[in-house]
Amino acid sequence: MKRTLLNASVGAALLAGTMFSAIASAADTIKVGVLHSLSGTMAISETTLKDTMLMLIEEQNKKGGLLGKKLEPVVVDPASNWPLFAEKARELIEKNKVDAVFGCWTSVSRKSVLPVFEELNSLLFYPVQYEGEESSKNVFYTGAAPNQQAIPAVDYLMNEIGVKRWVLAGTDYVYPRTTNKILEAYLKAKGVAEKDIMINYTPFGHSDWQSIVSDIKKFGSAGKKTAVVSTINGDANVPFYKELGNQGISAQDIPVVAFSVGEEELSGIDTKPLVGHLAAWNYFMSVDAQENDAFIEAWQKFIKSEDRVTNDPMEAHYIGFNMWVEAVKKAGTTDPAAVQEAIVGVAVPNLTGGLSAMMPNHHVTKPVLIGEIQDDGQFDVVWKTSGLVAGDAWSDYLEGSKDIISDWRAPLSCGNYNVKTANCSGQNF
Amino acid sequence: MILRILKNDIGGKVFLLVLLTTLIAVPVLNQLPAEHTFHISIYTVTLLGKYLTYALLAVAVDLVWGYLGILSLGHAAFFALGGYAMGMYLMRQIGERGVYGHPELPDFMVFLDWQELPWFWSGFDNFGFAMLMVLVVPGLLAFVFGWFAFRSRVTGVYLSIITQALTYALMLAFFRNEMGFGGNNGLTDFKDILGFSLQADSTRLALFVASGVALALGYLSCRALVKSRLGKVAVAIRDAEDRTRFIGYKVEYVKLAIFTFSAMLAGLAGALYVPQVCIINPGEFQPLNSIEVVVWVAMGGRATLYGAVIGALGVNYAKTWFTAAFPEIWLFALGGLFVVVTLLMPRGIAGLFSRKKGGES
Amino acid sequence: MLIRSLIILLLLMTTSAQAAKVETGNDAYNPIFEALYTGSFTEKEQALKDLMQTDIEDKKKFLNGIVNKTLMVHKKSKKVVWVEKQGSKFKMTDAFSGEDLGLDKKRKVKKFAINNKMRSQVSALISTMDLDSDDAEKRLAAINSMLANPAPEYAGFLKQRLDKESNNKVKQAMQLGIALADLGHEDTEVRLAAIDNVADSLAPAVRSALANMAENDTDKQVREAAQKVVLEQEEQVRFFGYIETLFFGLSLGSVLVLAAIGLAITFGVMGVINMAHGELIMLGAYTTYLMQQAMPDSVGLALVLSIPAAFIVSGVVGIGIERSVIRFLYGRPLETLLATFGISLILQQMVRTVISPQNVPVSNPEWMSGFIQINSVLSITYNRMYIILFCLAVFALLFFILKKTRLGLEVRAVSQNRAMARAMGIRSSRVDAMTFGLGSGIAGVAGVALSQLTNVGPNLGQAYIVDSFMVVVFGGVGNLWGTLIGGMSLGVVNKFMEPWTGAVLAKILVLVFIILFIQKRPRGLFPQKGRAAEG
Repeated sequence: MKRTLLNASVGAALLAGTMFSAIASAADTIKVGVLHSLSGTMAISETTLKDTMLMLIEEQNKKGGLLGKKLEPVVVDPASNWPLFAEKARELIEKNKVDAVFGCWTSVSRKSVLPVFEELNSLLFYPVQYEGEESSKNVFYTGAAPNQQAIPAVDYLMNEIGVKRWVLAGTDYVYPRTTNKILEAYLKAKGVAEKDIMINYTPFGHSDWQSIVSDIKKFGSAGKKTAVVSTINGDANVPFYKELGNQGISAQDIPVVAFSVGEEELSGIDTKPLVGHLAAWNYFMSVDAQENDAFIEAWQKFIKSEDRVTNDPMEAHYIGFNMWVEAVKKAGTTDPAAVQEAIVGVAVPNLTGGLSAMMPNHHVTKPVLIGEIQDDGQFDVVWKTSGLVAGDAWSDYLEGSKDIISDWRAPLSCGNYNVKTANCSGQNF
Repeated sequence: MILRILKNDIGGKVFLLVLLTTLIAVPVLNQLPAEHTFHISIYTVTLLGKYLTYALLAVAVDLVWGYLGILSLGHAAFFALGGYAMGMYLMRQIGERGVYGHPELPDFMVFLDWQELPWFWSGFDNFGFAMLMVLVVPGLLAFVFGWFAFRSRVTGVYLSIITQALTYALMLAFFRNEMGFGGNNGLTDFKDILGFSLQADSTRLALFVASGVALALGYLSCRALVKSRLGKVAVAIRDAEDRTRFIGYKVEYVKLAIFTFSAMLAGLAGALYVPQVCIINPGEFQPLNSIEVVVWVAMGGRATLYGAVIGALGVNYAKTWFTAAFPEIWLFALGGLFVVVTLLMPRGIAGLFSRKKGGES
Repeated sequence: MLIRSLIILLLLMTTSAQAAKVETGNDAYNPIFEALYTGSFTEKEQALKDLMQTDIEDKKKFLNGIVNKTLMVHKKSKKVVWVEKQGSKFKMTDAFSGEDLGLDKKRKVKKFAINNKMRSQVSALISTMDLDSDDAEKRLAAINSMLANPAPEYAGFLKQRLDKESNNKVKQAMQLGIALADLGHEDTEVRLAAIDNVADSLAPAVRSALANMAENDTDKQVREAAQKVVLEQEEQVRFFGYIETLFFGLSLGSVLVLAAIGLAITFGVMGVINMAHGELIMLGAYTTYLMQQAMPDSVGLALVLSIPAAFIVSGVVGIGIERSVIRFLYGRPLETLLATFGISLILQQMVRTVISPQNVPVSNPEWMSGFIQINSVLSITYNRMYIILFCLAVFALLFFILKKTRLGLEVRAVSQNRAMARAMGIRSSRVDAMTFGLGSGIAGVAGVALSQLTNVGPNLGQAYIVDSFMVVVFGGVGNLWGTLIGGMSLGVVNKFMEPWTGAVLAKILVLVFIILFIQKRPRGLFPQKGRAAEG
């Protein structure tokens, strides 16, 4: 007993662990890393994406794999712990030798793994809408940038609903802060007065919304049509919507348009009091398209439940994965550097019946849809951009970034190129 | 001198010997070609370096819990503060290489429209000053907090709970973007330290060795402290606070001194942790993190100091292994481990080695 | 959208003109429903207006059917049908002939897609119909919905009806409406009189109209009159604002008390630092979810039954934890922290594995949603009111158990002096188990209440554990009154600070306040006295 424990202590066990795994990575498969939290606070959202990846990989294998090899998923659990994300990313790339990683949800997790991907020159496909202001050689942003979600939604409210007064409510972190900054600048540019904009931030997981909803109610009773633009993060939404319902605010009085509430989040809410509130996404499960029907059917079969829903980040993974597959085929190798070159310009079907293409700034083109919440937890599309919108890494409405562009094609090959100073800054290589 | 400190401390000798061997062996093994069976990848080196900083934190907790009887549920706060001080230095080192190319302001300030650097950021471009702050900020907080708490004779669970309140309040505060510490994202995208690139293998090795040395020194100083007269009084306070007070010892001052020292050690651990994981954010203040540290100490064995190290390394290694091997069920294993250890091994793993009595209150 | 529907139309036309049309059995209705089915939203709005002109008898039923999605189109036969959910399928009846069309899958029938604008249009259409209703309540609601968007032409319309109206309440509402419309009258005298008439009303429409007049009216006299009323009204609004904040504070306090009160027993009375307390709350919330799943048609009953069910579930789990782990750790309180922390991890992951890592939906019964309108600026939401009452009821019950029952006596005896209690013949181990079970059960009951307010998911417990400990310590360990008063006052203080500091800073300040308070009174608000206080 004593001896075994001594052996197990300190360095010895760690050494043994590394040796063991070094031997076990020689099989002839293409490895794909899946880096989503399966425990901790983010497990709620991210577990689904892990399952989505497993399904996509399984389907690809049924089609004969890739370059004649089978794909092999490597799943790890970063446990909603941001430094652990970086550690696990390194583990996936260095130890497990994966060729691409699909993962992350929060911005901070992406920021945490970013240096790892740049250092080891691997690929990350990031499937969630985010605040923009970033473009990395090694990251492909398949979720929406602010111009693919927030601005069209505000346009819709302004032009179709005639909203004159705006509440920008968000959780206090970088995505809402940036989005609201962009929207504030945008609204002011459209002639909305300062006093007609109310901005409010709450902590993560905020659960007591009485005062804030009551303030919104007062703000909205000034005689002008009012809407709430919500960047409230996941968990805090349920109590927020419940409070709206309880204080008798219906979607007809003060519509709420949310950027972080999708089918998955709604499946945890009783949606009857929410009918008519809005969300802006690039995909809704209710969209009538062949690809979508097939995807839903495959998903429900894979997860063995007819009740499970699909959502926008899942579509982002669908697009991202297929783009990677196409790029690998085009490059004829899984070598990250070659795939980086090949993937720009690759277009694959999205789930809303069109084609999405990878732009030179590593963002994708997508349609923007506005949906109204229905009592069955689904969204009905009420408005759609006439064409595809290309994701803009650097917002035109922010002072610091309006002169910056991103283009990863040679000869520029730069993620943040200032057109005024002709300077490429912030590169790590 | 070292030998005098380690007199009668067999566990400590073994531990320091193993630590020394590891510190020499790891860089050597890292130089072996990658295919070699005994090659240690730089990934593992950084991982080990991270564990070593955790171990130092655990030693700091064991000092106050094991020898002073204060169960601090807020030590992660001191760790994180030290980390933030280091992070601020690293942030200032980025200089013009940020994404917006601003010569002075960090990126998150640029895009939130800050015009100038807040006053509390000044001076952090100087490594010496930053290192001073790594010790001073957690130390000062611990001093002020302890000054109030110990003089009002807040003890036992009350003290534990308010230390938890402390770290919780700090977490909420650091989450606020107005604070000027990067909000939820914290500080990230570091480039180099003292002019050496953080991504270079040599820097990583150096940081690993630095962490090991810090752990060894931390261990030795704690051991010296425990063996000193002050340490004897501390144990007396732990076992019978009122009696010690009535004998005439200034209980408050003893507590304050050791608590502050422990906080500074935790801060140092945090400062070494940040350049290795390359990110520091308010998540580190989570009350859960502090509880985890306590669990490491309990697991390794309280009031032995080297037990804390064993616990920190063991639990974290288990965590790394579980999260990769059984991502779906690792929490069951970890949770089960805590229950089993508390029930069946009340003196922790170290308790299995040591035959001598004591060490438990 | 438009292009898409045009394409669909074109496609349908080319394939089979016959099948394209929605079939109602009446040529006059066909185009209307066709437009509602596939038209653009502008066409749909027109179609709704057309629908009102038809001779369909129960128009209200059809309008409601469109909004509530009980009126749909069977994709294959193109018939407009009433649908009724039967299991995973829909039972269909022809909307016009009443013929039974059997069952079909959900995806085989399609609803009439509508948007918010149409929803408002429909509710406006329905309320105009309601103006003639026999039910005074409905007439009142109809008038109020008109007043929400006042227009000058309403005055004449309301005046016409005023004489015919018999109900007093409705009459008052109409008079207010007339006065409101008169505020925009061109005659100064009429406007001044109207200001007098509306001075008592705090309705938002009135206040914004008056505020507008106070600044922009052409006549100085009118402006001054309006300014005076506005100032008076602001005073009142502020007063009601304080009452509202107090209510918010009490309801937040109740949540804190509910979450903490089980801990007040396990931690306060028994000295066990139960880190799994939050997970016991979570189990209670999940019990509510499972009860609602078991009886989907009676949400309210399920909720009521969940209270004893959650008590039993969490209580049994609590007793299990006590018997299997905690009883070996008495006298080592800090180690209970570690073991229960492990248990909390296990319980969390168990819920993730067994039920789902996602949040689950728990619905509010009818009687829990909505609010009592005290006046235009003060309303009290039912669910918050019930939470406060529920909290007080749980507290009273617990107090009764501890003070008046034999179990309570034994619990107090054991917690005050274990050795002495055993000497008196109390089986202390049984009492320990029962006490822990009681505390855990109460945590489960708190979970039922929380399920009505917030997310039900694996992380539910963690969100409340720190707050719970704060409340217990602030109130004074081992004292139930302390927990009640501590929780309530923290809630109220928090809510009064929120408007000035924002939600985040308010919370931080409350924590700092607790830390400082403990320095001042190290044993909390109501310290335990005597021997039990030592240690």
